[in-house]
Amino acid sequence: MKSRFPKDGRFGEFGGKYIPETLVPAIEELEENYLKIKNDKSFKKELNYYLTEYAGRPTPLYFAKNLTEKIGGAKIYLKREDLLHGGAHKINNTLGQALLAKRMKKKRIIAETGAGQHGVATAMACACLGLTSEVYMGYKDTIRQKLNVYRMNLLGSKVHPVKSGSQTLKDAINEAIRDWITNVKDTYYLLGSAVGPHPYPVMVRDFQSVIGTEIIQQMKKINKKAPDTVVACVGGGSNAIGTFYPLIDSDTEIVGVEAAGKGLKTEFHSATLSAGSKGVLHGMMTYLLQDKEGQIKETHSISAGLDYPGVGPEHAFLKDVNRVKYRSATDKEVIEAFLLLTRTEGIIPALESSHAIAEAVKIAKSKPKSESIVVTLSGRGDKDVEVVEEYVRNIKNSR
Amino acid sequence: MSGTSRIQDKFLELDSKNEKALIMYAVVGYPNEKDTLAVIRGLIKGGADIIELGFPFSDPLADGLVIQNASMLSLDKGTNLGQFFRLVRKIRQESNIPLVLMTYTNILYHQNYEKFFKEIKNAGIDGVITPDMTIEESKEYLKAARSNAIDTIFLVSPNTDKKRLGRIIRQTTGFLYLVAVYGTTGVQNKIQQYTIDALRNTKKIVDRKIPVGIGFGISTPEDVGHFIKQGADAVIIGSALIKLVEKTPTSKLEKTVTEFTKKLKSTTKII
Repeated sequence: MKSRFPKDGRFGEFGGKYIPETLVPAIEELEENYLKIKNDKSFKKELNYYLTEYAGRPTPLYFAKNLTEKIGGAKIYLKREDLLHGGAHKINNTLGQALLAKRMKKKRIIAETGAGQHGVATAMACACLGLTSEVYMGYKDTIRQKLNVYRMNLLGSKVHPVKSGSQTLKDAINEAIRDWITNVKDTYYLLGSAVGPHPYPVMVRDFQSVIGTEIIQQMKKINKKAPDTVVACVGGGSNAIGTFYPLIDSDTEIVGVEAAGKGLKTEFHSATLSAGSKGVLHGMMTYLLQDKEGQIKETHSISAGLDYPGVGPEHAFLKDVNRVKYRSATDKEVIEAFLLLTRTEGIIPALESSHAIAEAVKIAKSKPKSESIVVTLSGRGDKDVEVVEEYVRNIKNSR
Repeated sequence: MSGTSRIQDKFLELDSKNEKALIMYAVVGYPNEKDTLAVIRGLIKGGADIIELGFPFSDPLADGLVIQNASMLSLDKGTNLGQFFRLVRKIRQESNIPLVLMTYTNILYHQNYEKFFKEIKNAGIDGVITPDMTIEESKEYLKAARSNAIDTIFLVSPNTDKKRLGRIIRQTTGFLYLVAVYGTTGVQNKIQQYTIDALRNTKKIVDRKIPVGIGFGISTPEDVGHFIKQGADAVIIGSALIKLVEKTPTSKLEKTVTEFTKKLKSTTKII
């Protein structure tokens, strides 16, 4: 079952590298260098140092007692990636890749960002390690996540608003790739999700797998066994694959939650695995939301971080082999979950992570009290309070 | 090279006349369906040797702003494959000029390579250029192209090493497409020394097995003449044509494109 480091970059039929020829030498250089540091003791030691001392690992596995009692089913645990430096799991990957870029002697870092969390995490890692960074962000996202734009600027990163296409994450990736093609010799592209051409999906997964590895250790201490169920939200899918991958060979039930937006039957969602079809975008073969001629569709989600018409190729594979169940949560369910967690536990979750909370609550209801569910709380929700306030106000006004 | 195609015949014909090829790229459905044909007629009258028909894709990651905008405009106007086939059939009623489809992998994959290559061959397309198709991922793509006698024009870049270049040449038919610059389409700079070096190296390694065309950022008759002098077998013009189309009233489109093409073509003759 496990696809550790596929030589051809394929997970079953998914993945691969569909890229302009100019990027082939850069991708090969990246793969070669990644394989070199992957098991290198000094690299691991350095990364561990930064993950512990700078980012704040390990993160707690918190028993959400109030929420559990309120739901009245299985025990709900929260993997608190929201407590990491920067407020999201993204720093696990940006520290890893920025250290790699440094070893590759690349001084200029570029990145894309959706909600801005990966952009912020890139800007932090680069500031900390003495690298310069530039971040591409969809124009629409720079407006709905303007706080993060300001944070990136403060951290010394230059933000490029992208006005092409749907002006969201997909277009930010296009523009980052165009920059990389233009500046291929001295630039390192620090991709933020488990997407893109090989070796990115594997590399990002490996850097994020610290989440799942810690969950296993922490649940063993609490319960003497792995969790019965894990739940994580899926946009590109990096916090999800980091949660799932170390558990792939176990008996744990694994559930990924996509953004159903205004509903799967509408045109306004981002649920690629639930409603998409196979295709090629951003260098990879995967499931995509596309029209009948293969044009990529515009997506919708209340959370900018999940607003993406593709998904990591390993998720596509895990869906097809039925190892992971992929479900979805609507904007409405997400807001309810956001408010529920905020009020019962005093934790404000990111809207992305609130998708996982919404599904976990449904699962918990259907399971006995003896079972345990771990939800990866991928980020904190401070960045989202304005969006939530507006949503709640609109509902009140429409009544 | 086995068998002949319109593209191969064209290069042989030009060779016998001591000429090199001018390849022109137009976006299907830009500025609209009707006037795409006016652009193509202008290109043919002006003496273009091969025409690339760019079928727009929503996410053209190898293209610069000019082609991105033209693609978006075309898609917004409802351009689809039905329209593409209508255009190809119309051109074929009027001309035997070699036609190459340039688009992104997802459009081809979505249609099914085998089925689609058969359909485009029947309509009159001679070759395909797919900027995000690498030789590693090309097994099914090549199989479908070979069985339908569609030329597979692969791209190489100034940073492609000798060994890889050899592998790419083996899968390439029609001509090899050398990307002139580090960058997307349409970004103009003065001609860089690394581009000239890449052209010479590529020509040397190709060793006359296949013609070498050069494109990306080339826009003037002077540039075309310069690259021909440096050994290019073909020069490809795209964004410069689209910019011209953008600022030309539709009533004058065919005539303006004809004149523009004539000027470019005049520099492809070896004196």
